[in-house]
Amino acid sequence: MKIKEIAKLLDAQVLCGDEFLDNEVYSACGSDMMSDVLAFVKDQSILLTGLLNSQVIRTAEMMDMRCIVFVRNKRPCADVIELAKENGITILASPDRMYEACGRLYAAGLKGGCTSEK
Amino acid sequence: MEEQLRFRYEVDGDNFTSAGEASVSVKKKLRQLGFAPEIIRRVSIAMYEGEINMVIHAHGGRADVVVSKDKIEITLDDDGPGIPNVELAMQEGFSTAPDNIRSLGFGAGMGLPNMKRYTDTMKIQTELGKGTKIIMTVNI
Repeated sequence: MKIKEIAKLLDAQVLCGDEFLDNEVYSACGSDMMSDVLAFVKDQSILLTGLLNSQVIRTAEMMDMRCIVFVRNKRPCADVIELAKENGITILASPDRMYEACGRLYAAGLKGGCTSEK
Repeated sequence: MEEQLRFRYEVDGDNFTSAGEASVSVKKKLRQLGFAPEIIRRVSIAMYEGEINMVIHAHGGRADVVVSKDKIEITLDDDGPGIPNVELAMQEGFSTAPDNIRSLGFGAGMGLPNMKRYTDTMKIQTELGKGTKIIMTVNI
């Protein structure tokens, strides 16, 4: 699924990373606990979260995730967006709640793909 | 690679916002050196969790990364309170992190287990009131 299709499904605004909207993503993870993302997510491409701090961007960067969706129309501060830009990460802001956003993407065929490795 | 490469970082204990900068830097360096993405991810996640731990629990510390021919070694060294019960701290879900840290997305009791999960060896040397030293290696 292309990032632009995700933006459309979630009625999301693109806050940065427009140039990557044609990139494909294969799986997704929804969490507010960054250590859980670090523990169980493998080869993910997008992260859905309600957390807005810079550690969300760093966690995505560590996991090679290319897109973050902030749910419930939350808007991160300029520093966080800047950090995402530096790391080539697309940020979307959706009016959906976490459960709805995850549900829409799952129903559209984007699976979880979480694995507990090693 | 014949010679060892060494990187040293001071981890600022007063700034949660900047926590993880050292790990991001190491990740970039390993990428430039041409390591496989999986190796890079394992090293950087383990170091990132360690960095976060040092900021949460130990008021910062020092991180050393040594890249040699057959392995990457990460040493995290702090002057914090030490870990009273290492066995307990290694259990997934056990955490002594304060609520304000949990609200930032960490402190779920996954830090040390994640560090072990992503590395080939992990040694913890800790003394109450003196500090903690964690040495992790990832085989290349």
